[in-house]
Amino acid sequence: MSEWMRVCPLEEIPRLGSRVVQTGKGDVAVFRSGSDEVFALRDQCPHKGGPLSQGIVFDRKVTCPLHGWTVQLDSGEAVAPDCGCTHRYRARVDKGEVYLNLS
Amino acid sequence: MKKTRLVVIGNGMAGIRALEELLKLAPEMYDITVFGAEPHGNYNRILLSPVLAGEMTIKDIMLNDVDWYAQNGITLHLNKTVTQIDRARHKVIAADGTEADYDRLLLATGSNPFMLPVPGIDLPGVVAYRDIRDTDEMIEAASRYRHAVVIGGGLLGLEAANGLKLRGMDVTVVHLMPWLMERQLDRAAAGLLQQSLEAKGLKFLLEKQTAELIAGESGRVCAIKFKGGETLPADLVVMAVGIRPNTDLAEASGLYCNRGVVVNDTMQTYDPRIYAVGECVSHRGIAYGLVAPLFEQAKVCANHLAQLGISRYTGSFTSTKLKVTGIDLFSAGNFIGGEGTEEIVLSDPSGGVYKKLVVKDDKIIGSVLYGDTADGSWYFQLLRDGQNIRELRGRLMLGQSHLGNSGHQGQNNAASMPDEMEVCGCNGVCKGTIVKAIKENGLFTLNDVRKHTKASSSCGSCTGLVEQIIASTIGGAYLPADDTRKPLCGCTDYTHEEIRKAIAERRLKSIPEAMGFFEWRNVNGCASCRPALNYYLLCTWPHDYRDDPQSRFINERAHANIQKDGTYSVVPRIYGGVTTPSQLKRIAEVAEKYAVPTVKITGGQRVDLLGVRKEDLPKIWADLDMPSGFAYGKSIRTVKTCVGSEWCRFGVQDSTRLGIALEKALDRMWAPHKVKLAVSGCPRNCAEATIKDVGIVGVDSGWEIYVAGNGGIKAEVSLFLVKVKSAEEVMEYAGAFIQLYREEARYLDRTVHWVQRVGMDYVKKRIVADAAGRLALYERLKDALRDEKDPWQERVHGAAAREFVPIRLQS
Repeated sequence: MSEWMRVCPLEEIPRLGSRVVQTGKGDVAVFRSGSDEVFALRDQCPHKGGPLSQGIVFDRKVTCPLHGWTVQLDSGEAVAPDCGCTHRYRARVDKGEVYLNLS
Repeated sequence: MKKTRLVVIGNGMAGIRALEELLKLAPEMYDITVFGAEPHGNYNRILLSPVLAGEMTIKDIMLNDVDWYAQNGITLHLNKTVTQIDRARHKVIAADGTEADYDRLLLATGSNPFMLPVPGIDLPGVVAYRDIRDTDEMIEAASRYRHAVVIGGGLLGLEAANGLKLRGMDVTVVHLMPWLMERQLDRAAAGLLQQSLEAKGLKFLLEKQTAELIAGESGRVCAIKFKGGETLPADLVVMAVGIRPNTDLAEASGLYCNRGVVVNDTMQTYDPRIYAVGECVSHRGIAYGLVAPLFEQAKVCANHLAQLGISRYTGSFTSTKLKVTGIDLFSAGNFIGGEGTEEIVLSDPSGGVYKKLVVKDDKIIGSVLYGDTADGSWYFQLLRDGQNIRELRGRLMLGQSHLGNSGHQGQNNAASMPDEMEVCGCNGVCKGTIVKAIKENGLFTLNDVRKHTKASSSCGSCTGLVEQIIASTIGGAYLPADDTRKPLCGCTDYTHEEIRKAIAERRLKSIPEAMGFFEWRNVNGCASCRPALNYYLLCTWPHDYRDDPQSRFINERAHANIQKDGTYSVVPRIYGGVTTPSQLKRIAEVAEKYAVPTVKITGGQRVDLLGVRKEDLPKIWADLDMPSGFAYGKSIRTVKTCVGSEWCRFGVQDSTRLGIALEKALDRMWAPHKVKLAVSGCPRNCAEATIKDVGIVGVDSGWEIYVAGNGGIKAEVSLFLVKVKSAEEVMEYAGAFIQLYREEARYLDRTVHWVQRVGMDYVKKRIVADAAGRLALYERLKDALRDEKDPWQERVHGAAAREFVPIRLQS
């Protein structure tokens, strides 16, 4: 049994943007970078729980809309000098479709 | 392919800063070789005084240790003095025969101490005060001898004298001029300084000319003899009468020198392969001896070495701070004055405070502060920015904290604040946290401190205080931020103004084009520059530019205001704050239908529905059937009005009608920051128009227009622009002012910040004096807004749909 779940076609996520995916484990933010990589994070900033899915995306980073923390998309870690980490999930693109693995 | 070879002569602060800047811009471009005459890496020469005073060690003041050169692939020749530049063969040769070929050469040979041409100058025990070796020699002498004489009562001489005194010597300062630090201080401030130094046990001999240094039996200097015959015992003589640019090598190689190696605005010498930076340089006839200008030169030089070829060095204003613990002294610019200048002076000799500002044409051109230097960086900023101070005049002397500020700026003397006192109220940062971050991370600048501690990074009202804390923690090594050359963000070195100009002139019409043109360091920019660029492009090309939603802050992307729990708030447009029963009924029904948890009247006289789920937004907008109130944007917000002449028994003008007309004319307008207006129908001013970006006050004979007010963190009363007769004229003047702000302010400047920078005279010149220009501005505003559509209605009809729809996972 595969734990990979189909989310949506890649085009459904804006480049340098994200979509909120509602899952049994809560909201997950799925991001698409400028070079079409995809990343998935729990949709909560390690600082005060802000929805990271609503932030501005650049490189492999997102800036939280509430207080401006920047979080690394590939690790979930806050960028120094801030300190904290949000849960990261695996995500990938296959034949134009985005898949998410919540295990 | 072989890399281009860059040779740097001089391993000091200017040369190495240029390399650091170059490595940031073009890390792979050059093979780099550095020659240094001293046996050390690059150290902070400014901090030799605290080392001499025993407050720091050599280890504390290293900036780049030997490992740094290795890590960056730089060949480092220590202890090697370059003695020859073979310009024909592009080769430098050191005294020991070491050679290096160059394609580009950077001269950063610094300066030499000036030694008085008197007999005995070569005796043992006579030292200059320039480098680690001199400092070591002084420390060593202090442990063995008693009498020290410092020749020269300038900055360096006094710091040397203070250090030697702290190390237990009996110190006399000999000075040729009638008062101390005559190049930085006027006579009154110098008098106060001398008193407090005398209280520390230093002795002074003014207007004394040295004739000879006399040797004792051991061959070491034992006394100093003055013109006129008196003598004074001296086991150590420190020569601190000034520095001279070290141009020996440049002159021997035939480079044009005139009191320094002459360079142009790109830091290039008369030989185009050879650049020069630092104290050895003469730029527009000035040789700088302070660190801030040298760092600016280094930055410009690096830009050209990296072949970007854009930046220019146009000279610096400099300021001086004396690094003697317990003495606060600051001077900048022309503090003596001259024809056409006036002085504002505060003198309290028994309190040990003296402040003088030299003013010319309503601008500060110089200042001297003694005893209380808390406002030094503020005055210096006013000076550098050439800001018109007419409006501030009466309050200038009292300092920045007296400008109607409800924040914490400069209210406390940084040095005496307890560690647990809160400095930044926005981010809850106390003084101890800032000091710890500065010490542990070796921070030098305001921006570093902001990044590490978040202090002063939100509202900015504590900026002055944070600057004081940095200055009091690291002393003279502090680099005040240069506000006149503020890069847009960390992704570029170019300023807001340079970027806006290029967008218009080079016809750049997208964010990638603009980033490409300026060679942005990060491919997608960052959360600071993308919204700024998006606005600049939109403002410059209102009909051609395609807005980039991913470069907008979420509020402007969702057209609602994000709240702390991730829900949104909805504020419909209610022009002038005048509503109807049916509109209110509809709002009430929507609030009930969507179970809106909180309904509130806002400060701007509108209705706010709080706690709306993002996915409900388009449905709520459809049911409301009202335009967006833009309560979430860097945009027109509201026009607040009072009841006015229609009902009010005092009203003399119809303020609601004008307010509604203004709000309709400005509807859907994006701006560098939020824009708030108000219209009052009589001078009682119930709409509080005098704390708005544009405030209109009705009087019997017409309307008074005020601009650049602010009711936020730092309340600012608006400034009078003009009085007009008709409502049509108000529309034109107010519209033109707002368009000028849209076209010329930096992104995230409120009108108050922008007007403080450019001056009210400039605004009046453009808006009041120039009728044709005013009309053109107003026309441009109307043209820019002509095809802006209501964002809510667009979304009700399906625009940007996926922004609002979450994906539900089928598992």
